[in-house]
Amino acid sequence: MQNFLHDPLFGLTLTIAAYVLAKAVHQRLRWLHPILGSSAIILVVLLLLGFPIRDFQGEVGMLTTLLGPATVALGVPIYKHRALIRERLATVTVSVLAGSITGIVSAGLLVMATRGSHEVLLSMLPKSVSSPIGIEISKALGGAPELSVMFSVITGVLGGVFGPAFLYKVGLRDPVSFGLAMGSAAHGFGTARSLQESETAGSFSALAMGLSGIVTSLLFVPIYIWLG
Amino acid sequence: MRGFAILLGFSLAGVLLHDTLHLPLPGNVIGLVLFLAALFGKVVKLEWVEDSANLLTSHLLLFFIPYVIGAVALIPFIGHNVVSIVVGVIGSTFAVLWVTGMIARKTAPKEKEAQERAKLSA
Repeated sequence: MQNFLHDPLFGLTLTIAAYVLAKAVHQRLRWLHPILGSSAIILVVLLLLGFPIRDFQGEVGMLTTLLGPATVALGVPIYKHRALIRERLATVTVSVLAGSITGIVSAGLLVMATRGSHEVLLSMLPKSVSSPIGIEISKALGGAPELSVMFSVITGVLGGVFGPAFLYKVGLRDPVSFGLAMGSAAHGFGTARSLQESETAGSFSALAMGLSGIVTSLLFVPIYIWLG
Repeated sequence: MRGFAILLGFSLAGVLLHDTLHLPLPGNVIGLVLFLAALFGKVVKLEWVEDSANLLTSHLLLFFIPYVIGAVALIPFIGHNVVSIVVGVIGSTFAVLWVTGMIARKTAPKEKEAQERAKLSA
């Protein structure tokens, strides 16, 4: 039984089956986002089998590896919408820059206002960017990389699940504003959700995700110098 | 499979560049920049990669599930910073959504201008 659980096929089958099931449930229950549904299914199965949750991520290395080519693949929607992107280049640059600064400043101020620990503060600053970038920045700042990954994932889930309803409510329905906001605020999760909205929204979200990663990395250079 | 091979190749090249040059960006994003350069430079043709890319991007969420499980496993270690974390993450996420979206809409070309431009280019 134990050997079976540590076969790479176990984690892969469980994850893909949970994903397919959660997507089917999502057709009936629109409020249950597939990322929440699939995670809940996996957690229940792991608990029933007595499998340590901490070890699961290491068991599905193939899926986390495929995130690499999947991110590269986002070049296709960006390239297909290059004409519109070129036309809106000023909008893309200004909004992503403003969004990146807002992410760092608002996270810092809110953690300070609620008297969070210094470690939480440093780990929270790069939370809007996808976790690989967040880890690098957090390490350089002296934060805890594990916390940064967690904040980045929670941010992604939150933005991906509740972001669209919020954006619709404040009247940001056009694919360009929608995509840029989702990609800046919720990196890959926001981009995955934007692609479901429309390919145009997805392409702007992918662009915002990549650019905000680059901009945020650069914005932290003066902060490193300031912190010494 | 040609498309997958190309996407994997660029992803690997990104990781290699990240490791050798110690660039502050993750390998995935470097791979994406290289791939875009190859598409714009016509080194890679869109039709070679389109099907594979569509398959991967339409199931992008699947690749994030392991990270969500990993994050859940860390919840017991948050300790007494719960309030800061909840307020910080929620507040900051919606702040970025709002600021980015609003500025994007404010700086978008006016309907009339867009129509004029479309007429000129037509």
